[in-house]
Amino acid sequence: MSELKLELKEKIIEQLNLEDIAIEEIADTDPLFGEGLGLDSIDALELIVMLDKDYGIKLADPKQGRTIFESIDSMAAYIEENRSR
Amino acid sequence: MNKSVYINSIGSVSVQKTFDNSEFLNEITIYNDTVASVLNPDYKAYIPPAQARRMAKGIKMSTVSSQTALREAGLENVDAIIVGTGLGCIGDSVKFVRDIIDNDEQFLTPTRFIQSSHNTVSGQIALGIGCKGYNFTYVHAAVSFESSLIDAKMQLENDEAKNILVGGVDEMVKYHVDTHRLIGHIKSEPADSTKLLTSNTKGSVMGEGSHFFVLSNEKQESTYAELVGVETYNSISQENIPNKIESFLEEHHSAVDDLDLVILGNNGDVDFDGYYEGLSTGLFKDRPQAYYKHLSSEFDTASGFAFWLSAKILKMQTIPEVVKLNEIEVSNPLKILIYNQYRGENHSLMLLRKC
Amino acid sequence: MSKGVAITGMGIISAIGNNVQENYDSLISGKAGISKISHIETIHADEIMVGEIKIPNTEFEEQLGLSKNSYSRSPILGIIAAKEALAQAGISDINDFKTGLISSTTVGGMDKSEQYFHEYFESNNNWQHINGLHAGDSTKKIADAIGLKESFMTTISTACSSAANAIMLGARMIKSGKLERVVVGGTDALSKFTINGFKTLMILSDTYNTPFDENRKGLNLGEAGAFLVLESESIIEREKREVLAYVKGFGNANDAFHQTASSDNGDGAVLAMEKALKVAGLKPDEIDYINAHGTATPNNDLSEGRALQRVFGKGKVPEFSSTKAYTGHTLAVAGGVEAIYSVLALQNNCIYPNLNFKTPMKEFDLLPQKEVKEKELNHVLSNSFGFGGNCSTLIISKEA
Repeated sequence: MSELKLELKEKIIEQLNLEDIAIEEIADTDPLFGEGLGLDSIDALELIVMLDKDYGIKLADPKQGRTIFESIDSMAAYIEENRSR
Repeated sequence: MNKSVYINSIGSVSVQKTFDNSEFLNEITIYNDTVASVLNPDYKAYIPPAQARRMAKGIKMSTVSSQTALREAGLENVDAIIVGTGLGCIGDSVKFVRDIIDNDEQFLTPTRFIQSSHNTVSGQIALGIGCKGYNFTYVHAAVSFESSLIDAKMQLENDEAKNILVGGVDEMVKYHVDTHRLIGHIKSEPADSTKLLTSNTKGSVMGEGSHFFVLSNEKQESTYAELVGVETYNSISQENIPNKIESFLEEHHSAVDDLDLVILGNNGDVDFDGYYEGLSTGLFKDRPQAYYKHLSSEFDTASGFAFWLSAKILKMQTIPEVVKLNEIEVSNPLKILIYNQYRGENHSLMLLRKC
Repeated sequence: MSKGVAITGMGIISAIGNNVQENYDSLISGKAGISKISHIETIHADEIMVGEIKIPNTEFEEQLGLSKNSYSRSPILGIIAAKEALAQAGISDINDFKTGLISSTTVGGMDKSEQYFHEYFESNNNWQHINGLHAGDSTKKIADAIGLKESFMTTISTACSSAANAIMLGARMIKSGKLERVVVGGTDALSKFTINGFKTLMILSDTYNTPFDENRKGLNLGEAGAFLVLESESIIEREKREVLAYVKGFGNANDAFHQTASSDNGDGAVLAMEKALKVAGLKPDEIDYINAHGTATPNNDLSEGRALQRVFGKGKVPEFSSTKAYTGHTLAVAGGVEAIYSVLALQNNCIYPNLNFKTPMKEFDLLPQKEVKEKELNHVLSNSFGFGGNCSTLIISKEA
């Protein structure tokens, strides 16, 4: 699980071009959107593609992303439960 | 009674060091290539990293040049934003198409598609400064920038707006260069920019740049010049160009003999520079002449560089040696005409005067 | 700035008809043009519905006397619409008055650019399409087809409000006396580029789009060409032209909220409608029908609905409908298509139904017009909103 969390942080930084943010700066419980990391709705769509491409999870409704992408913790938990690759 | 229209500030990012308004072509970068890339300012000084992360090159260049223009005009917001761009953020468009093809339409992400929208730059500037006013984007090849000027001038003359941010931007990407070289629009052999007009080869040296200006119907201390007239024509036969120019000047109560400088868009394309050469040795043979595409390179909104150059000349009252096309001297330039065309189409005339 | 701007000709080709009359017949008979896609090969073919014009390019090429595969589809659709508009206005020599052409497009020649993307480097068979990637190239081809010379010509691209903005610029140029006549509109063909682009934003419906419905699932992309001829009052007088309607009001504003989404309360839309009403010199209660943008995305319809309530007052929004359920969302052209539909509504005193509407949205009590309705119409308001926060409103009226 902690390995997956580290992997997610790396991927988020790379995929969303968060050049000035280091892995250590993202805590597992930090909110990713709004006040926390400051991600927005376009980033959410980028993360939905990442779930599909890297973990074989397809979301039909972008609204589902709101709870899944709350934090690294919630993301990792959702992926563990639903991944097909 | 129409109001007069003034150029109250300028901002430029180009393949020359033009991003600093306190300088005026003090150092010239010479190219010996078929393409030229912008000299990047320190983008981090203008754009917070969180905002920069999704920005295409064209947006970054335009953020710098538009901020420079706004600051010089002493404005935080404007009544309207009007942008000209031949291709918009073509880099992202090309990447998105490549992703579609190479990934067989799978795993595509939205950012590149969003940036591909031609009005991304004008939308981003509005978002950045919170401008809820009129927001237009013109995408008509070599008259994209001029279309923006025509629109802005009309609004200012009619007093529908007081301050308008007007700009032209195009970014250069490899795919676009490679495909346009195939069809001969871009030179296949390098050209020395100091000898561009005698390269004697087909095509042009492709480049990029972003030029923004605050146009206003109120003069202020920062004012560079007055924009007297601007007109575009989808086509003109080479023989008819002098007539068109003379009637344009007449419409603005001027004549060829009043012009202190004529700035021509020669780009070293042996097939199309004839349009300019005919004027150099004909209608304008007794007028001081200048050119600029050896400095700016060629792109759809390159005439933005000429507009920048003219504004600068009229304010500084000096014509840099490097742009002079003939020997005729002028000590205090008051009136400048800019003529441009690209590949024999999309002709434009812009008339500026000192104020 | 008090001069009237007359509409004297219209031309359109869309998924519900190849000319103005066919479009009108479909509108009043409730015949939608939404189907599975047939001209473009895409892996999403089973998951999307589109407003596609069923005539293939080859047939158009024959009709227009073009050599095979010389033009991409956008200029072809534009030429057909522009020629119909000029014919209706009775213009035989386009250069007899100071005339301009203002077109608009989002994709231009993208359908060909994506088709030959890699092939260009392997053979020169299709190099005629390389320059088609410039949006302005489609406009040049339309100008060539209608014979426009030594004139003002430009192209606007502000995403889905583009053609509305082309009409707006044209109207302003006539009002200011810069032009006596201007051909305005837009053209956009379907492409893999836009199909996949909107797919990444997750706003494409997998079934028939349902504007202003609680259970709306997103938009259907469409394709169209639509042009109008605008002329000054002095031409109307001199040439004794029949006037179809007038461009009475227009307004553009920016939402300055998000790159693609509209603000929750539709700030930009409110500003655009208010500006248009001001230019027209009309009060909100003088608007008889609203042709809404109504793309059937969750975000647009909520934002636009709220904006309508803010401008017209709760319970005071006049009859409104979105015609996107007929045509799909034709992107740049939408504002041109819907301006023509607005003129037809005025000419026939008729309001079109908002097809596929079943369940009112829970956020407000706005109910779109569900059936064809006959009503004396004098002023029609048409909205078009696009990416980059671009919001535009046109008001088309019977009298100048």
